[in-house]
Amino acid sequence: MNKMEKQKIHKKLTIKQIVDENYKTKTFFFNEDIDINPGQFIMLWLPSVDEKPFSLSYKKPAAVTVELKGSFTKELFNLKQGDNLFYRGPFGNGFTVYSKKAIVVAGGMGLAGVSLLVESLKNPMVIFGVKQKKDLFFKNRFDMDICTDDNSIGYKGLATEKLKQLLEEEKYDVIYACGPEIMMKTVFDLAEKHKIKCEASLERFMRCGIGVCGSCACGNKLVCRDGPVFGSDDLREMKDFGIYAKLKSGKKASLQEYHKWRG
Amino acid sequence: MLDLSTSIAGIKLKNPTILSSGILGTSPELIKRAFENNAGAATIKSIGPKPRDGNNNPTVIDFGHGLLNAVGLPSPGYKNMDMEFNELSKIKEPVIWSIYGNSIEDFVEITKYILKYKPKMIELNISCPNKENGMLFSQDKECAADVTRKVKQVAKDSLVVPKLSPNVSNIAEIAYACEKAGADAITAINTLQGMVINIDAKRPVLHYKKGGISGPAIRPVAVRCVYEIYEKVSIPIIGTGGIMNGRDAVEIIQAGASAVGIGSAVYYHGIGVFGSIINEIKEWMQENNHDSIKELIGIAHE
Repeated sequence: MNKMEKQKIHKKLTIKQIVDENYKTKTFFFNEDIDINPGQFIMLWLPSVDEKPFSLSYKKPAAVTVELKGSFTKELFNLKQGDNLFYRGPFGNGFTVYSKKAIVVAGGMGLAGVSLLVESLKNPMVIFGVKQKKDLFFKNRFDMDICTDDNSIGYKGLATEKLKQLLEEEKYDVIYACGPEIMMKTVFDLAEKHKIKCEASLERFMRCGIGVCGSCACGNKLVCRDGPVFGSDDLREMKDFGIYAKLKSGKKASLQEYHKWRG
Repeated sequence: MLDLSTSIAGIKLKNPTILSSGILGTSPELIKRAFENNAGAATIKSIGPKPRDGNNNPTVIDFGHGLLNAVGLPSPGYKNMDMEFNELSKIKEPVIWSIYGNSIEDFVEITKYILKYKPKMIELNISCPNKENGMLFSQDKECAADVTRKVKQVAKDSLVVPKLSPNVSNIAEIAYACEKAGADAITAINTLQGMVINIDAKRPVLHYKKGGISGPAIRPVAVRCVYEIYEKVSIPIIGTGGIMNGRDAVEIIQAGASAVGIGSAVYYHGIGVFGSIINEIKEWMQENNHDSIKELIGIAHE
């Protein structure tokens, strides 16, 4: 469990700098550092709009890297340098940083979720899968094996295919995953097959962020409080992992239906 | 041998702790987890008449002395939950089925629908402050009695338990009206209405602006309400509101509760809180030479 002091009441943050990462992704740097473990999240609040969970892509100073997607991110993208927003957290349990031979598999925006992890690990192998070349970001920040679905750059094929290849070539001690759940499920299955421990950062529609409302339930676990990072023992037991997720109403839906709603 | 068992209108609980509605109860798996963690009974998240998204965030915050929430009764709607209902009906321990509606007809319709899953107990959430007209039925004794009576008429073997609001001038009168209308037990209390403003944002923190206060801040209100209801009715009371530990549980039992709802404590102490509350009750009973929980119910009135 994290022993850091949680910010329970929303605290003001000022945007210090905004960096365009690609055609749909920006990094918002704030005016302060936030002490957080890789894999934990904060709740960002835009008053009168909504409040959503984000992992930090940098912590000194704190920053979030965000893809323009729905109404919340649209409002966020309208903010300028010097504008204020609010946060509480950090919440949840992050990654275990092992000093062993590690592979990090990131899919799309999942790379933002493992940025602090990659910086904490010793020479990890990083696989970054995106749909197409223009979706890339942090190209110069990390040394990565890039994979594109449309073969526009790097390894031609899925990140999980690249992972499969690497696992057949060499022995690794731990695999970390963050990205689309279908990808993470495949990563987990490969880790199980090769008897390697795995940690994955799950995403569900989240409300309270503090383990009471049950909106982000995945099997008998709460993504906000028991996770968002789960290890192999939990992933094996979580019946909904890779199959079901709840919609805003609480309706249990197939992952496909869930992602259609989430965009 | 300490006897922690209690009963609510004939339904036996191995111990008096009950997972309150709205906390975790969104899936059968989480209800099972509450039982694995020794809860005596567990209440599901209120089922509504139609699919409903609830409110935008922030919906739940820790304001320092308790929680303030306005989740807004999200629900898949009772017609979209057969998969969950089926799982719930297989659970051996007492599951309390919480339901809400916009009209008496909604309550009746949902009750009729869920009867095929043989719920042991149906809790009528007539006291949610976070929805337009959410408290309508618990603020007037005739309305509270009416919904109780009409649900009771169709509920067959299922117990009917209205959950009452403390946001009223005389909760005991309302409980009494429900008893006369056929209620098998009373749950008291739901949350108190409140608001927290973030002065830096110059806005109410909750997106819904107002919300319901739960947790340590409301315990004396809950104890007072249970005490007043106990004086007025003879049906069992599920005492809920700010119970954090074994001593708090014993307190509300002494006020007149036959069982104790545990909600916000799950936030403060995790789901293991059921086990720790049970151990603390046992310790207190041992130190004070009490063998049975039942002998403590309402003892503060003597």
